[in-house]
Amino acid sequence: MTGTLMADPLIRLRDVTKVYGSGATQFQALKGVDLDIKAGDFVAVMGPSGSGKSTTMNILGCLDVPSAGEFLFRGHHIERLDRDQRALLRRRYLGFVFQGFNLLSRTSALENVELPLLYRGDDKRARREAAMGALEKVGLDRWWDHTPAELSGGQQQRVAIARAIVTSPDVLLADEPTGNLDSERSVEIMELLTDLNRTNGITVLMVTHEPDMAAFARTVVHFKDGLVERIEARHRQGQAVEA
Amino acid sequence: MFGTTLVLALRSIRRHLLRSFLTILGIVIGVGAVVTMVTLGKATTAAVQQQISALGTNVLQVRPGQGFGRGGGGPRPPEFDQADVEAIANQVAGVTAVAPQASTTATAIYEGANWSTSINGTTSAFLTVQPWPLSAGRYWTAAEQEAGKAVCLIGNTVRQNLYRGGDAVGTRMRLGNISCDVIGTLSKRGQGGFGDQDDVVVMPIKAVQRRFTGSRDIRLMLVGVDSAYSTDTVQAQIADLLRQRRRITDGKDDDFNIFDTAQIRDTLTGTTTLLTRIVAAVAGISLVVGGIGIMNIMLVSVTERTREIGIRLAIGAVAREVLLQFLVEAVALSCLGGIIGLILAQGVILALVPLMQVPWTFDPQINLIAFAISAVIGVVFGYFPARRAAALNPIDALRHE
Repeated sequence: MTGTLMADPLIRLRDVTKVYGSGATQFQALKGVDLDIKAGDFVAVMGPSGSGKSTTMNILGCLDVPSAGEFLFRGHHIERLDRDQRALLRRRYLGFVFQGFNLLSRTSALENVELPLLYRGDDKRARREAAMGALEKVGLDRWWDHTPAELSGGQQQRVAIARAIVTSPDVLLADEPTGNLDSERSVEIMELLTDLNRTNGITVLMVTHEPDMAAFARTVVHFKDGLVERIEARHRQGQAVEA
Repeated sequence: MFGTTLVLALRSIRRHLLRSFLTILGIVIGVGAVVTMVTLGKATTAAVQQQISALGTNVLQVRPGQGFGRGGGGPRPPEFDQADVEAIANQVAGVTAVAPQASTTATAIYEGANWSTSINGTTSAFLTVQPWPLSAGRYWTAAEQEAGKAVCLIGNTVRQNLYRGGDAVGTRMRLGNISCDVIGTLSKRGQGGFGDQDDVVVMPIKAVQRRFTGSRDIRLMLVGVDSAYSTDTVQAQIADLLRQRRRITDGKDDDFNIFDTAQIRDTLTGTTTLLTRIVAAVAGISLVVGGIGIMNIMLVSVTERTREIGIRLAIGAVAREVLLQFLVEAVALSCLGGIIGLILAQGVILALVPLMQVPWTFDPQINLIAFAISAVIGVVFGYFPARRAAALNPIDALRHE
């Protein structure tokens, strides 16, 4: 991405804190996170358990709200939106990929991919076309009528990715997308994400434990103790990343 | 948006066919039971009404004695005679005809076959009060009636037993000690509320009085009432007239009784209708139980599908859509149960109608009501689980195992 130097970042977190519970059991998950993410970036989020990376991802995914601080998405304040407004935001701009695939069981790949379009209110024909297009992009168009149980883990994650991109979102949030896959399948998934990032311009935010997977990212954000420890801007994707 | 929700609900039902079927079983049985009970109850009421109508509508039955019996001790009240018949026919306004009846029983014999039956002596007024078409032959003439000739009309049961269903008109059969010309056969009336109405031989009253009872007594008068007149008024006038004729002083009870068939019909109809309602109420309870079954399964379903709800919320479903999905699912399930219940009821009704000897009927009203109730049950018992699903937090829901 060039020429974005002066433009606002796609996502901006300012002094974001998140507190769970109250009184003696209170736990501060985020202690003032500042983070800018440019449109079209491929960001890997790393850090040990409890470092605040999942909480941050939940906030970035509009699934959760910060206790304090600012969250701007495309220049709009998200921290002030209510539950349903955030849902509509997710529907329109965000796509999710989970570690456990989270496909609907006993439901064909096609119907799984169609799901977000159903909520968008597309008619049957438009749904089918878009869903088949997304399946084609992840190389599973021939498997459209198979249920998750009939697909391998790698294939299931591809279906999940197809479901995430079928609405042409701005941002794809992936929570350890390769956590349940062997290394060969993992590389395939990462190549798919890289391709979507490059050719479709989708901003990818990915949580991962594995440096090998983070190596596909252009920016690596390290979390520690509820704060951003450091941000690693990488000139060449594929370069090794420290844990 | 509603169409989408319906698609989602139907997909979900299809995905869990067995569970869906078990869920709606209660509704199926409830709706089936209500519709079957109410329909059969109404059919029974209709059958009772039909049988009583066979006795003639707007007909008063006048008998000596109080109530159905002859009353307690004391002197036996006098029977009626022909003068009473004529007095009622001529002096009471609104009376179309008065048919006297003298009856007895005798054994009928024809070519070696014999059959014990009841003999009903009357006049042609009987056919005015209570029309009864012939299946063959003719009625007796005025001359035959006046002369008290031994001619008779036989009921279908008598014809079946004596003539093996063959032609009886023109034959001469033995009736007790006399022989009698069969001039006509009466059409089939079927089982009435008071036994087999076709097991009868009808003769001119004078023939019965002269050859069987040996008196001019009349045991029963059937009084036809013009439909333009109130049967109550006519009944009161007949009572006054008979009290005068029988010289009953004021303050003494009638020594005769007058029955209005419409009154009997209303009483019996009221009884069967009440019974129908009670049985329907019991069946209705099973509908409520069916509704609780749906709520139960929907609650389990919400827990079981927490992750699915999480996925839907994450990809952008708003709370209202999740609520609507589960609500529509519950309503679709209960409506499906309602439809299957209606079909089941029609099958059961078709199977039971011949056994119960009632006419087959289809009552759109009760079918509609039962279906509407099943839909309402879906809404009522589906709302609570649906609200629960909609209130889930997407993060927790996604983490749910």
